Amino acid sequence: MNHTEQLKALDSSRWRIAVSLTVAMMVLYFGFILLVAYNKPLLGRLVVPGLSLGILLGALVIVAAWVLIWIYVRWANTHYDAGIAALRDRP
Amino acid sequence: MTAFFFFLFIAVSLGITYVAARRTRSAEHFYTAGGHVTGLQNGLALAGDYMSAASFLGIAGLVALSGFDGLIYSIGFLVGWPVVMFLIAEPLRNLGKYTFADVVAFRLRQAPVRVAASIGSLSVVSFYLIAQMVGAGNLISLLFGFQYELAVIIVGVVMLGYVLFGGMMATTWVQMVKAVLLLSGAFMLAMMALWRFGFNPLALFRAASDQYGVTVLGPGRLVSNPLDAMSLGLALMLGTAGLPHILMRFYTVPDAKTARTSVSYATAFIGFFYLLTFILGFGAMVLVGQPAIRAIDPGGNMAAPLLAKAVGGDAFLGFISAVAFATILAVVAGLTLAGAATLSHDLWVNVVRHGTASDKEQLRVARGSTILLGVLAIVLGIVFKGQNVAYMVGLAFAIAASANFPALVLSMFWRKFTTRAAQMSMLLGTASSLILIYLSPTIQIDVLKNTVAWFPLRNPGLVSIPLSFVVGILVSLLWPEPEAEARFAEVEQRIHATSPVRSAIS
Repeated sequence: MNHTEQLKALDSSRWRIAVSLTVAMMVLYFGFILLVAYNKPLLGRLVVPGLSLGILLGALVIVAAWVLIWIYVRWANTHYDAGIAALRDRP
Repeated sequence: MTAFFFFLFIAVSLGITYVAARRTRSAEHFYTAGGHVTGLQNGLALAGDYMSAASFLGIAGLVALSGFDGLIYSIGFLVGWPVVMFLIAEPLRNLGKYTFADVVAFRLRQAPVRVAASIGSLSVVSFYLIAQMVGAGNLISLLFGFQYELAVIIVGVVMLGYVLFGGMMATTWVQMVKAVLLLSGAFMLAMMALWRFGFNPLALFRAASDQYGVTVLGPGRLVSNPLDAMSLGLALMLGTAGLPHILMRFYTVPDAKTARTSVSYATAFIGFFYLLTFILGFGAMVLVGQPAIRAIDPGGNMAAPLLAKAVGGDAFLGFISAVAFATILAVVAGLTLAGAATLSHDLWVNVVRHGTASDKEQLRVARGSTILLGVLAIVLGIVFKGQNVAYMVGLAFAIAASANFPALVLSMFWRKFTTRAAQMSMLLGTASSLILIYLSPTIQIDVLKNTVAWFPLRNPGLVSIPLSFVVGILVSLLWPEPEAEARFAEVEQRIHATSPVRSAIS
């Protein structure tokens, strides 16, 4: 594989990861919003006294955003940057 | 007592900002000293730009008055960040330009795109500014007992002065100082509220449901119509990636990796802050009480300051108000500068003067634009009295998501996108969101006191965002532009290559 092809392969894997993580975030968030819109009683149900399912899921959506970003940064910092660096070092 | 602490903290924070800004200046010019902007610094600055009066005063008020539904804003304001991270931040950095219009116009015809982009960006900035004015006006009238209208005028004039004379001075440092102040202030406030409940959030939520009924812990009090919930949800998520003053921060980082690191820091800070709003809102609901919050401002914007007074007395009220005021000041500075940059750089220099204007003339136009924006914000701030500021910023997000986001995404990722399509998508996105806001119950019923509203949704996103995408795609397919398509290869190459290999492939 020559230089350009390797770069292309690296790009398309970044692209694949970025799109799948975006889709994951959208599914989680819009899933939550659809429940807010169409299943209010479910989200109003208490998990334990003082904690409704809605508040719990809402906090989890925020945590999910952190986790997805962490996955991306970890992948990009190790695989993507290393790949780019390897390509750069070779003439 | 309160006033003393308010001015003390304002003076201290402005002092810190001034010293910090001077230090950077003497070290090296901030933006050109690329290697010196670390991911942590840019992350803090992003968080500072993003967490406005809406996040602090607005959300706390919505949660205090309606419970769970206010949290939709906390969550929606955060989930835009992963989208920015995965799709926007690195490509934007690699396109290496200076304003949002530069990115969209990269391979399209300059003038038409710039005019349309400016109209969209200025609408976003204006609505964002109105929200800050409403928040600041309420705050000053609570602290000093002025009438709301007078308070808005005073605040507007003070802010104009700040931006005109000090605004250009290292805004990045202003944002960083303010972000630290806001995060620590909100954390202290939340801890002092939680202290009353044995540091157990569930005990706080339980107290809220004992007092106001268990429905405050579930959805339906504020956003009862399902389509309203979807519209708001959509606008909040996609709006972040279309905010001109946020996008601006990605053109100044040294490389794609720093862009990436700064978004992860920003998301960590902002997410932490939004989790605190859960506590602040319910804390105010229980410890201050809904009638007392509503009596001060029907929009609920004073819930957090009132909570500060309830848990820490007048001195703490002064501190928290100063934090809120510094927050508003910093965001107004960032917004006004972004707006003035658009007016002078995109409209005046590139369109009117075709790129030939002296520095002096540019500065004069930028100053004039700043005053224009300030006066507009004062007038509209008075018109929107009594509205919740998180809701108002939700409208700014809807405009950003309709006017800027579709054109940005299509121009970076879709080969067939054309000049005419970019223009139509941005103009229709802006116009449709503004018109639908005008026809919504907020303007028709709350402001104009009519009995019916033509458009049922309080946030226009559900209609205007898809409309803008569809228009952009249809117009591109109907009137292709071979030149723009041919130049897409250049965009693609820039987007996908981080700077180290840029030389290798070109």
